[in-house]
Amino acid sequence: MSHNHAIDRRNLDWYIDKAVQVLVFIGGISAVIFIVGIFLFITKEGIGFLINTLDLQEFFGSPYWEPSDEDAPEYGILALMAGTASVTGLAMLIAIPFSLGSAIYVAEFATGKTREWLKILIELLAAIPSVVWGFIGLTIMNPLIIELFDVPVGLTVLNAGIILGLMAAPIMTSIAEDALKAVPDRYREAAEALGATRWQIIFKTVLPAAKNGLLGAVLLGVGRGFGETMAVLMATGHAVNIPGSVFDSVRALTATIAAELGETAVGSDHYQVLFTIGLFLFLITFLINLTADLIVRGIRNS
Amino acid sequence: MFAATELNKKNQRTEKLVRILFVMMAGLLILPVLIILTTLVYKGGGILSIDFLFTNPTNGMTEGGIFPALLGTIWLVVVALLISVPLGIAAAIYLSEYAPDNWGTRLINLAIINLAGVPSIVHALFGLGAFVIFFEFGTSILAASLTLAIMTLPVVIVATRESLQAVPHAFREACWNMGATRWQTIRRVVLPNAVSGILTGVILEVSRSAGETAPIMFTGAVFFSPFLPQGVMDQTMAMSLHLFVVSTQVPNVPENLPYGVALVLIGMVLIMNSISIAFRMHLRGKKKW
Repeated sequence: MSHNHAIDRRNLDWYIDKAVQVLVFIGGISAVIFIVGIFLFITKEGIGFLINTLDLQEFFGSPYWEPSDEDAPEYGILALMAGTASVTGLAMLIAIPFSLGSAIYVAEFATGKTREWLKILIELLAAIPSVVWGFIGLTIMNPLIIELFDVPVGLTVLNAGIILGLMAAPIMTSIAEDALKAVPDRYREAAEALGATRWQIIFKTVLPAAKNGLLGAVLLGVGRGFGETMAVLMATGHAVNIPGSVFDSVRALTATIAAELGETAVGSDHYQVLFTIGLFLFLITFLINLTADLIVRGIRNS
Repeated sequence: MFAATELNKKNQRTEKLVRILFVMMAGLLILPVLIILTTLVYKGGGILSIDFLFTNPTNGMTEGGIFPALLGTIWLVVVALLISVPLGIAAAIYLSEYAPDNWGTRLINLAIINLAGVPSIVHALFGLGAFVIFFEFGTSILAASLTLAIMTLPVVIVATRESLQAVPHAFREACWNMGATRWQTIRRVVLPNAVSGILTGVILEVSRSAGETAPIMFTGAVFFSPFLPQGVMDQTMAMSLHLFVVSTQVPNVPENLPYGVALVLIGMVLIMNSISIAFRMHLRGKKKW
């Protein structure tokens, strides 16, 4: 723009406007800065172990986790991974059918007040803190499992799996319901015009159309279960063990960090290996979230 | 005459069965939780009193109340809000009003999704490495609240962005046509119309931060402290960690004490969430456009 005939608008308001633009941009990129910061600081605290001591084959392949042994510490996370995987796996076996079923009921069957109240109830369920879930596992589920199945210990894969399933289901229900609601009504109307029953409409039309969103919901549930800390710390029994059945106690990756970090000296091998596990958790959940986002975005664009 | 054929009848039967099946699924999702909540009230209700809320724990935390933990949680949540609310609102204003549709914006959105998805214990490691050790805040309310603020930032951003985007574009255009700058438009037109939606998000964040345990365990919350916090550089007890401590770490705790703590914690969280939901419903009924 040439200076001759353009009006100079650079008064105080113009400068405030520019300043605000910079400020909100800083707010915007802060999320990126924090994610990069998380990665950098966790790597920084764990780097000594990563470079000097880490033996990838032992780390991922050995079931022996004895980091506080003074003579011959063992840093194998195989049993911890098995603990996390078994609990998350069982939780998903419970949560996937129930959350998909509930989402279908809320989105396709329920109407009016029932629908409103169900959605509110599901939102409230999702808000219960994880330490309260852990407490429930410890005090309510534990004696219940001992009595029902006549087993000596109730803090097991079964206990933590059920707790984690109940925790993850409300969130998965909400996301799955959004995915079902995103299917245009004209799909349903077209199927109905062809004489399909409600069940046929859902099974043959709505579910295939919402497939990606539902997969995204499941993935976010997996990510949630994988990263859950307090509930699995309190309900699994916290024993390093590759489980043979759902009645075995296990220990999860997240719970190990929570239980041991307080006892380690800053900078020691034990301290650093816990940060290395943290880095591993960060990368896995990053991948899960990225995949879920790509899948959900995929449906929005098509 | 239209008579139901065999096929019609079979379809109707399946229809009914399927409906019952899905009702049961939704019921089975909610029923166990209702049973659990009833148990909490039944076993913990008896210990609740004004004294329980406002006295210190005594006798190795096996008797007395929860006052320092309650006060500590309020400290942690308020300081976390002071950090995350301005930052989250700025981020949401950028994303809703300024951000172009390019890879940079997609990167920001991806970062927000990941901040919400990273395990809470990983946030705890970050808080320890960054705030406690690197910035030398020590284990303090400041370090714990910063960790909580970063973890719950997506809650504020997502709620604010949604309520900003719900303000019709015509409102902005009308304002620009009067010669207002972008910021004047946002401040005088967009924000006033979105403020209640933002408040809903803030209340949700209060509830989220009050319930979190792992992120504050190593950054500022302690098992027991004989002193009440005097400032942001002090350590503090907290409700969530106190529940963990009295239910797993302290021997000979009478059975109803941890139930009482759990009940107060879950009560705080559910009341906050209910307020947020009621607020949202009220708003939906009031919208002028």
